[in-house]
Formats: sequence, structure tokens, C-alpha cells
Amino acid sequence: MKFGVLVFPGSNCDRDTYNVIAELAHQPVTFLWHDSENLENCDAIVVPGGFAYGDYLRTGAIARFSPVMQSVQKFAADGGLVLGICNGFQILCESGLLPGALMRNQGLKYICKQVHLRTETTHTPFTQRLTKGQVVKIPIGHMEGNYFCDEATLAALEGEDRIAFRYATSAGEITTEANPNGSIGNIAGVLNEGRNVLGMMPHPDRSSEALLGSSDGLAIFESMVTALAAR
Amino acid sequence: MKAHVYVTMKRTVLDPQGQTIQSALKKMQYKGIEDVRQGKYFLITLEASMDAAAARAEIERMAENVLTNPVIEEFTYRLEE
Repeated sequence: MKFGVLVFPGSNCDRDTYNVIAELAHQPVTFLWHDSENLENCDAIVVPGGFAYGDYLRTGAIARFSPVMQSVQKFAADGGLVLGICNGFQILCESGLLPGALMRNQGLKYICKQVHLRTETTHTPFTQRLTKGQVVKIPIGHMEGNYFCDEATLAALEGEDRIAFRYATSAGEITTEANPNGSIGNIAGVLNEGRNVLGMMPHPDRSSEALLGSSDGLAIFESMVTALAAR
Repeated sequence: MKAHVYVTMKRTVLDPQGQTIQSALKKMQYKGIEDVRQGKYFLITLEASMDAAAARAEIERMAENVLTNPVIEEFTYRLEE
């Protein structure tokens, strides 16, 4: 199962992500430069965290127009697995691959800390190795992570079981206090209609080995491997 | 010709930066403030050969597709000869 990790000018979690896939999920992986439309026959694409194109204009706004993203659009439309982490989530929203938008955190501050997430659905290629309701510890590091969508979109996300993770307490309660950035409905990660695209603000790439404080994030990469093997 | 394009958060979207500016201004005892919304401003200089109708069409297209994220933002603009 070959993974491709996109690299934009300003990406800074591309190597962490590559390392997790190669060393911990034990899969072949390659970097894909933003300037090329060639996805090199990858079976899954990860859009990593960072500050693509310096986050100029809006986070993800310029990255969306890069050559590689034109190919990712087609890849996703054909059912390919795409995982967007942090800035990657912002890029996928700007691209229209995921609904909604990531706004400035409610408190207007950059937040970098461990948070707890409740797994809302396991009927996805990204969370099938978790259990519904399972609380995972995965860190966030962002300034624009305040998820917003209109009421109709929120109703669709809830009705179609497309919310992957919500910010929660360590006991799995969804509370205002557990919401670090003001996201609507404590949403930390959402799926597209086809369930083959996941965007999430927390960083599984920074929580895949115990040395870093949590290895809960590895289940997301391992779920993708399981899903690809079954195809 | 120049186009002045103003981008702000939609009325239906919370603007925490605008609120923070508003409360700061009030603390400094500036009077008469009812609401503050903040945003972005673009000054786009167009080629002299472009007529106003074409300029309007092009500015609206770029504002809708690039300068704003229509999920959360809206824009207004004016042209200046």
C-alpha cells in the first residue's frame, strides 16, 4: 500500500507523517511535490500540517490551486483515500473536498496542547480500528481550527454519520470546556459524502508513538492500511 | 481603473476579532459604537484598456472564487476611474 505525502512550500509536518507511515505503519511512502500533477500511483494521499504557501490570503486558499491538488481532486472523486491533518484539513475545506471552513480560534490565540477526542463513527476507512465512543488523546497545534458550517450542512453531517471526532473530556463528555477553539458542535474531524476523505485538526502524526505522549493516533494510519488491504 | 474590494465575515458568522476590537474601543471610552466587523481590503489596479462592465465581471469572479471563502465571508467593491 503506497502512501503519498504532499509537500507544499511551508509544509512542516510532512516528515513526521512520512516517518509514522514508514517506521510505525510499515508502509511504502513517497513525498509528492506541489508542483507536479503526478500522484505516482499512490493508494492513499495525506495532506500534512504546516503553513502551505505561508497561509497567505487564508489558510489553504492558495494551496488549493496547486497542480498536485487538481490530481487529488480527481483521486478523491474516484474514491481514493485522502487524509488531511491540520493545515491539510484547511486545504481540503478550501478545495471543496470537505464541507465547512476553519476560522480563527474563538480565543484568537494559537493553541498547542494535548486534547481528548471522542470517536463518533467507526464506519470509515480511517477509524475502523477504533471503537465507537472511544476516547483518544491526540494533540492540536493551530490558530485557525474553529470549525464552522451552516445549519443545513451540520444537519447533513449529523444525519449521515459524517462527524469522525469531537473534542471531549477524558471521560468522553462533549462539553464547552473541552472545546479548545469554538468549533461548532465540538467538531474536530469530518468526512466527505463518500467517506473516503477525512479532515481533522488534531495531529495523529504527532501521537503515534508512546515517546511523544500518546500512540493513539497510529490507529488512524493502521485503519487506512486495513481498508486498503481489503480493496 | 482601480477596484477596491472589501472582504468581511458574513453577518451570520461570529467575528471574534471584531468583537475584541469593539470591546477595546469601548474600554478606551470611544463613544457611539454599536458594532465592529473587521476584514480585509484589496486594491486591484486594472489595465487601462478594460471597460467598466468587463471590470465588474472579472472582479466579481475573482472575489467569489479566490478572495473570499463563501462559506464564511462576503465582499463588497467599488470601481474608481
